[in-house]
Amino acid sequence: MPQPIIELRHVTKRYDDHPILKNINLTLEPGKFYTLLGPSGCGKTTILRTIAGFTDVTEGDVLFAGQRINAVPANKRNVNTVFQDYALFPHMTVAENVAFGLTLKKTPKPEIEKRVAQALQLVQLADYGDREISALSGGQQQRIAIARAIVMEPQVLLLDEPLSALDAKLRRQMQYELRDLQQRLGITFLFVTHDQEEALAMSDEIFVMNQGEVLQSGSPVDIYDEPINHFVADFIGESNILPGKMIADFQVAFGGHQFECADAGIPVNEPVEIVIRPEDLTLTDPEHAKLTVTIDTQLFRGDYYEIAATDRLGNDWLIHSVNPAEDGTAVGITFRPQDLHVMRFGEKEAEFDARLETYETEDETRDET
Amino acid sequence: MTKRKTWLYFIPYGLWLALFVIAPVALIIYQSFFDLGHQFTFSNYSTYFQSATYLKMTLNSVWYAFLITLFTGLISYPTAYFLHQLKHRQFWLLLVILPTWINILLKAYAFIGIFSQAGLANQFLTFIGIGPQQILFTNASFIFVATYIQIPFMILPIFNALDDLNPAFVNASRDLGASNWQTFRRVIFPLTLPGVKAGVQAVFIPSLSLFMLTRLIGGNKVITLGTAIEEHFLTTMNWGMGSTIGVVLIIAMIIVMTLTGDQRPKGGTPR
Repeated sequence: MPQPIIELRHVTKRYDDHPILKNINLTLEPGKFYTLLGPSGCGKTTILRTIAGFTDVTEGDVLFAGQRINAVPANKRNVNTVFQDYALFPHMTVAENVAFGLTLKKTPKPEIEKRVAQALQLVQLADYGDREISALSGGQQQRIAIARAIVMEPQVLLLDEPLSALDAKLRRQMQYELRDLQQRLGITFLFVTHDQEEALAMSDEIFVMNQGEVLQSGSPVDIYDEPINHFVADFIGESNILPGKMIADFQVAFGGHQFECADAGIPVNEPVEIVIRPEDLTLTDPEHAKLTVTIDTQLFRGDYYEIAATDRLGNDWLIHSVNPAEDGTAVGITFRPQDLHVMRFGEKEAEFDARLETYETEDETRDET
Repeated sequence: MTKRKTWLYFIPYGLWLALFVIAPVALIIYQSFFDLGHQFTFSNYSTYFQSATYLKMTLNSVWYAFLITLFTGLISYPTAYFLHQLKHRQFWLLLVILPTWINILLKAYAFIGIFSQAGLANQFLTFIGIGPQQILFTNASFIFVATYIQIPFMILPIFNALDDLNPAFVNASRDLGASNWQTFRRVIFPLTLPGVKAGVQAVFIPSLSLFMLTRLIGGNKVITLGTAIEEHFLTTMNWGMGSTIGVVLIIAMIIVMTLTGDQRPKGGTPR
């Protein structure tokens, strides 16, 4: 593992005894795209401000390339920020905004001009140098804010919900551009958002946060497929979350039946929650079904039908289906064992990882014999 | 009520404007073209612009108004900046505004007491061994009191401008490597300049025509245009000349308003 560029160790932040961050530990490696994901007020922006140097921590260490930087002021840190509302200086032109940081460093004028031109080129606004900020659209302001930050050649770029003010189409386009930009520059991006779709699309690694804690971290696929608890499962994507009970390793009961699953290492008879993604459910005729549900309503979403249904025990089901169903009819649903994900109540990320390791190695030994 | 009738709401203020703003200004301009014998004439203007006394008086007024504005600004900007960072800033701001609720004459008389031979200021000077000085009826005391009176009118618009300033601009500036001073010079001050300009308008223009203070505190050593107008209307009864000076004052105000107005051209700054 390379030397981490940013590290937070046991970081706690309190305002008037009200905890904002609770014992945060996170490590950012150089050259990766990280996302802090969580609902508003979960502390994700506070982490960003901690790294940028706009706020100090109550306890814990903030490290940059192995050096403790708690006491280093914001203007002496080799990180730059793209602000949520862009914070472009309205009394300067586009070029003056981008050049701002360089002029402070007393960079020679020809070099400033060259680097400003390069930065504007990079965000595809090469001809906009003389414009007023007020004459730019939201998307253009967004790009200038990025240009103003990357012209400083930071090792880490912090992005505070930079896409939230853009319309849906532009937002999608900017997701591609940001990802592309990060890969071309090869620097670390730390992106803050409450939009799970954005996080899944762009990140190498996601930190899911709630109420001042990092609940789970991992690749988008890991977090989507194996959410650690109810909150993460509910927050990331759409999901059916059902109460159930562990019968044995790889056997779980819910909805009045017993099913094969892919989880183990949980004590027998422990109450658990089962997550099934709506797109993993397949409609079938009741004879071949694992469960029978009654269709309540359905919405046409363009590329699929979103079907709401209820099972015999009154559990609600959300199903994504290419084909429509008829309201009020009883239909069967089926799924594969690996589509089920079992979550224990109150399990922490470390415990979850440890448990996963025990039976995944078991899997391998079983294959060998 | 239909949309067409909304102009009705403007009637009270419209009447006010016509009776107490437009009519008096028109009357002043009209009066300025008549001499003592009620004959139409341009002589008031030719007298004004040919007389060394009047021109010197004008220069004096502008100079003292400038000094008062300068000192007010030098005190008000740091004060507003400091107040803005306090926790109970609205309360402290109220304390700053409080003196404006007291009549200017009362404040002037209070200063006469403080600055007089046996006043508080001279008692203090005696106490520290300097001995009593002539403070009242000096130019310095005039500027001091005028500045004191004008300070709240300068603090308020600057405070509001600082309040309107998006803190993200300050963070952005720090983020890009600016020190506190660089942030102030290149971001905070330029962005709060409209507040300073509003303060200059609120202070400079009234300072041009100050007249009670010049007599009560300045001892009539400084003759401003305001004093001249008062003399012409109440003592020499030369309303024509008084009005002419009034017109000059109005023009001076228009010039100041234009100079401190928003001049930034749209679409690109000149290089």
